[in-house]
Amino acid sequence: MYSQGLIGADGRTDETPEFLEAFQQRIDAEDKIEPNDAMPEGYRRTLVRQIGQHAHSEIVGMLPEGNWITRAPSLRRKAALLAKVQDEGGHGLYLYSAAETLGVSREQMTEELHSGKAKYSSIFNYPTLSWADIGTIGWLVDGAAIMNQIPLCRCSFGPYARAMIRVCKEESFHQRQGYEIIMTLAQGTDAQKEMAQDSLNRWWWPALMMFGPHDGDSEHSDQSMKWKIKRFTNDELRQKFIDATVPQAEYLGLKIPDPELKWNEEKGGYDHGEIDWNEFWSVVKGNGRMNRDRIKARRAAWDNGAWVREAATAHAEKRRARKMAAE
Amino acid sequence: MAVYNALLELADDHLVLGHRISEWCGHAPMLEEDLAMPNMALDLIGTSRTLYERAGQLEGKGQSEDDLAYLRGERDYRNCLLVERPNEDFAHTMLRQLYFAAFMHPYWVAAQQSSDEVVQGVAGKAQKEMAYHIRHAGEWVIRLGDGTEESAARMRDAVEALSIYVDELFDSSLAAQEAEAAGVLPSRADMRAEWDKTIAQVFDEALLAFPEVPFAQSGGREGLHDEGLGHMLAEMQSVYRAHPGARW
Repeated sequence: MYSQGLIGADGRTDETPEFLEAFQQRIDAEDKIEPNDAMPEGYRRTLVRQIGQHAHSEIVGMLPEGNWITRAPSLRRKAALLAKVQDEGGHGLYLYSAAETLGVSREQMTEELHSGKAKYSSIFNYPTLSWADIGTIGWLVDGAAIMNQIPLCRCSFGPYARAMIRVCKEESFHQRQGYEIIMTLAQGTDAQKEMAQDSLNRWWWPALMMFGPHDGDSEHSDQSMKWKIKRFTNDELRQKFIDATVPQAEYLGLKIPDPELKWNEEKGGYDHGEIDWNEFWSVVKGNGRMNRDRIKARRAAWDNGAWVREAATAHAEKRRARKMAAE
Repeated sequence: MAVYNALLELADDHLVLGHRISEWCGHAPMLEEDLAMPNMALDLIGTSRTLYERAGQLEGKGQSEDDLAYLRGERDYRNCLLVERPNEDFAHTMLRQLYFAAFMHPYWVAAQQSSDEVVQGVAGKAQKEMAYHIRHAGEWVIRLGDGTEESAARMRDAVEALSIYVDELFDSSLAAQEAEAAGVLPSRADMRAEWDKTIAQVFDEALLAFPEVPFAQSGGREGLHDEGLGHMLAEMQSVYRAHPGARW
């Protein structure tokens, strides 16, 4: 409903071989594709799915961190966490707006989130059980998100790429803030150190899972690479993340919970143990600890707020009618 | 000590209301409000931090903002009752915000003449923030009051529930009276006319009437709170108190 009148917003494009070839040439020339440009239906669908998932992740991601706003252990931390969660909401808003340029409304996407049709990042289906988790989420979860998202600043779809530039700046700030929380704990009392280690133990593997399945098992990878929606493979990004993060943990005196983690001189990176893919797919399919609670909380916010949204619409209508009557 | 206590009253008002609004985070009726409410919470918490710090300096016993926020129990908190009222629904939340901001805006405008430089500085910033809190909350009160049947009924319920806490805003405790006499803080009673004017304007458009209040509630300034504040503080202070002396 926001995007009526956009060219091709109904998804109909005449996908002749010449059209597809010309489109690919624009991509190869690093041309940005803009909302009113003709594009293959598959390209549009992929972006709607990906940007929508990304937006939902930001919104659902407000919940596990919001869980600690009321208990943050200093006023400075409380303010910083509030501002951070607010940033996540802001990212959700840009991303929904970017997706709307492709002819899908925020309401539609919200419905799909609530019905379970649309996915969001599985990391948010893990519970936040201590204050240290707020640090770990910044350090590892935002850290992994940045690895995924920096290449998206060069994504072939203009509105997404532009939204990601701001998102990445803020995420990088969050990552440093999270690391600073953990550093404070790691240099603190024994109980604080223990809290930090316990948190790392619980979030390490789920953070690695954020890069998605192995390249060979990734359903959308090849075409997305060709369309330059994606620039690196899941495994490449995961490796970069591990190589960047291990020295950070060492600096803190924290132990990465992977007995097989070892520097490999030859490849210039770390070898690591195998991810528990059963757990990964189980959480993706809805069986994580928090899947039900997260969606229930989002639905409750939406349903309990329905009367507010209806009132706002009704009031705007009344104003319009009064203005017209006065003219 | 009077100025210290008077600043604590003000700081507690801001922290408690900021905390209450922050409870909405991630659960607002629409994404735009999930962005707007943390802003208001941040303004209020930010103001409380400066005031606690100043109070701690004046007391001279080395208490930090966190000591003052996290180590006092409910009988020591000195906030007015309005700000601790639970969120209930969006109508209550926005009306509570409007009532408070309509008081604090003229208060901070006047406090720009404070004899205390820190209070002056806070006032300059806070009066701008309160002006937009009035605008934001006021617009919602109008939308809801003149929206649907349901929203109007909820708005009337909120007016009914919260108006009994208004008079307390204008009462000065003994500590506040001393701070007012010393020129550190403005007189609370002086804000009534401006408050009445702001509320009358909003209520006129919102099709609401301010009710007769046969018995106004008070006691917050003496630490006589409702039952909810203790729970709020228990949650807020839980981590800090579980690790005495730890740095965060």
